[in-house]
Amino acid sequence: MDYFDRFAVPHPSFGIYASMVAIALTVIGIIVGITYYKKWGYLWREWLTTVDHKRIGIMYLISALLMLFRGGVDAILMRAQLAVPENTLLDAQHYNEIFTTHGIVMIIFMAMPFIMAFMNVVVPLQIGARDVAFPRLNALSFWLFFMGAMLLNISFVIGGSPDAGWSSYFPLASNEFSESVGTNYYMFALQISGLGTLMTGINFITTILKMRAPGMTLMKMPMFTWSALVTNIIIVFAFPVLTVALLMGSMDRLFATNFFTTSNGGMDMLWANLFWVWGHPEVYILVLPAFGIYSEVISTFARRNLYGYKSMVASMVIISLLSFLVWTHHFFTMGQGALTNSIFSITTMAIAVPTGIKIFNWLFTLWRGKIVFTVPMLYSLGFIPIFTIGGVTGVMLGLSAADYQYHNTMFLVAHFHLVIIPGVVFAMLAGLTYYWPKMFGFMLNERIGKWAFWFISISTCVAFFPMFLSGLDGQARRMYTYSEATGFGFWNMVSFIGAMGLAVGFALIVYNVYYSARYASREIGSDPWDARSLEWATHNPVPAYNFAIVPHVASTEAFWDSKKKGHVLFPGDYAKIHMPNNSGVPFVMSSIFFVWGFSFVFGMWIPVILTTIGIFACMAHRSWEEDHGHYLSVEEIERTEEQLRGA
Amino acid sequence: MKIDHTVPLEYSTEENRIKIVGFWIFLGAEIMLFATLFASYFTLVERTGSGPAGSDIFDITPVLIETIVLLTSSFTIGLGIHAMRIGKLMAMLSFFAVTLALGAGFLGVEIYEFLHYIHVGAGLQTSAFTAILLTTLGTHGAHVTFGLFWGIMIVWQIKKRGLTPENANKSFIFSLYWHFLDVVWIFIFSFIYLKGMM
Repeated sequence: MDYFDRFAVPHPSFGIYASMVAIALTVIGIIVGITYYKKWGYLWREWLTTVDHKRIGIMYLISALLMLFRGGVDAILMRAQLAVPENTLLDAQHYNEIFTTHGIVMIIFMAMPFIMAFMNVVVPLQIGARDVAFPRLNALSFWLFFMGAMLLNISFVIGGSPDAGWSSYFPLASNEFSESVGTNYYMFALQISGLGTLMTGINFITTILKMRAPGMTLMKMPMFTWSALVTNIIIVFAFPVLTVALLMGSMDRLFATNFFTTSNGGMDMLWANLFWVWGHPEVYILVLPAFGIYSEVISTFARRNLYGYKSMVASMVIISLLSFLVWTHHFFTMGQGALTNSIFSITTMAIAVPTGIKIFNWLFTLWRGKIVFTVPMLYSLGFIPIFTIGGVTGVMLGLSAADYQYHNTMFLVAHFHLVIIPGVVFAMLAGLTYYWPKMFGFMLNERIGKWAFWFISISTCVAFFPMFLSGLDGQARRMYTYSEATGFGFWNMVSFIGAMGLAVGFALIVYNVYYSARYASREIGSDPWDARSLEWATHNPVPAYNFAIVPHVASTEAFWDSKKKGHVLFPGDYAKIHMPNNSGVPFVMSSIFFVWGFSFVFGMWIPVILTTIGIFACMAHRSWEEDHGHYLSVEEIERTEEQLRGA
Repeated sequence: MKIDHTVPLEYSTEENRIKIVGFWIFLGAEIMLFATLFASYFTLVERTGSGPAGSDIFDITPVLIETIVLLTSSFTIGLGIHAMRIGKLMAMLSFFAVTLALGAGFLGVEIYEFLHYIHVGAGLQTSAFTAILLTTLGTHGAHVTFGLFWGIMIVWQIKKRGLTPENANKSFIFSLYWHFLDVVWIFIFSFIYLKGMM
């Protein structure tokens, strides 16, 4: 039995045992359910093997929502623990594990797949393409991300969760101070999902550069596509840094190397630097697509074209460059000296300029627009003031001299939540509501959606504004408790109430999905929002081939022109369409990657070797495979089009 | 599949052109990967702890052999692609075979070099310097190893299926990869070995 001792959780508690039972029951429930309804074949043919960008997008979306729930439970546990002084709900170790997984899950496994979902569903449609450049690679990207996420999520029932913070600074993250395998999970889960993200980056840059509809020059692309292009360029240049950092971290933990140790020449600050050379661009990887969604939503519901198109593009490109030049501001207090700190202070504040340009462009788009207060628009309007508060406090943190007061306090926590939540989460919820009919063929209920919006936006302020005050008063982040004499109790209780409000808001969104799936009308036409760009020029839901005829584009808003100015969007007749074949290899290969990562976590070398061979066997199989896709005939296209028009 | 005969075979279909663009972008990511390794190397090069420094362990002979062998292999794969473009199948396959043989030779010398380092007490765990040295060289070596298997697959497929647009595309992309490894080696040779021996 000694062999199995390594899988035991080092600090078990009632909650973890309960989760084990819940996970086991859920897995059994899913297997029994699928078997009972005889859905295994459907699941395999239509989803697990699919290479269709729209279905992959939906799978990203489902994963993101599941992870939002998991990260949200972590958040509520943390706020509950801190709600009153000297609370004993969680002990120090559990609190460490929970703030660590909350950060990783929310950034890597919630926000990332959420933006990937919209990039997958929307970008090929916006540029008038039939699919992405490499559909098979796209499926592999998704499954690698998914298996990475699953690997991290089993950590808390097998072997222990990571507990060194989402940034996992060494030497805290070394074997000496983080004894459980938790940090190994961190290294390999991020490595596997990071590979998937890198492939997405390559795939989407190629798609956007090479597969645009005739007439769509780069400066005629819709703004969301522009944001996706810039984001994916950042991905391609930032993720290899993480790959190397994780490789070195894994070697320190598994092979006792001395990269980040404090002996034999090791340098712990190298980890902090490499992590943030990836980590800061990562912030913009998340927020630029969100800005793209806001640009689409705001111009649609202000019923005006986007103000300052060129300056929008330029500011994104400038942000992408500056994002690589600011990483040191995450650790001003760690002894770089005044000159380095000053330089990074200036680059940090410089980022506020292009961001400010974007904010003003949105405001000018709204100016004299005929604003329609739909749910996506409410999120976009709520985003501007809350994000600005989060943003200017970021400029405060960027003043390196003043940062010594704010560093690692709740002030910082308030700042980054108040940029990430309105910046990214609001955009994802706006995008969710806006693109829901595109994905599923019915609208989400507006009344429930508005209730959810007000709960979420007010609760965000209630939950995070108090942290500015308790942080300035000296409350440190990542502390699992505090004494009554500090006087932090009141503000933390307010935060807890805000967190509960957020939970109600998200529950309302879940209810909205259920309610609308049940009662909403399916007869919504192809353009329910009276929108402006190409993704709305095809049917809802979208047929597999996207467009029966490749659209021709003459301006940034080709679809709007076709509605208002008589632009002919679809010249010519139907022709046969080339489609990629489905494949189970991405799923199989990623599953092997999962076992590979798991074996590394526990240092089980024989499975590591076997799975490595398995991964290369999958690649060799792909090399030998002769797969030229298939053609849809004109008759098939006509039949599908007629059906969709009739529906 | 539309085949355009006015351009070289590896560019002749839309799918091929897209794959070449995608691979160039992948090479961009690879540049970042090696750039990060080099940056870490320069950070840690002086941090030898109680272990040896570069000047204590570097030996010019195997390094020179590796350099000459790998640079020659880059030349021969260039000739291979040229032969492919003028349609000389046997010449192409021969040049590819020579390239792969040279790659295997490079790898053999590098393995010898690694054993030598471990023998003189510069193992993976000795110091931060030895760790980053072996990781940087090892990452390059792993790329060469992967390239060998990849190249064998391509030669085998061309022998079996002939010079189709698909195979020509694979060969061309493989040559890009091989040239890239050569470029990385030039940096390793100059900034790790030569600078380290000074």
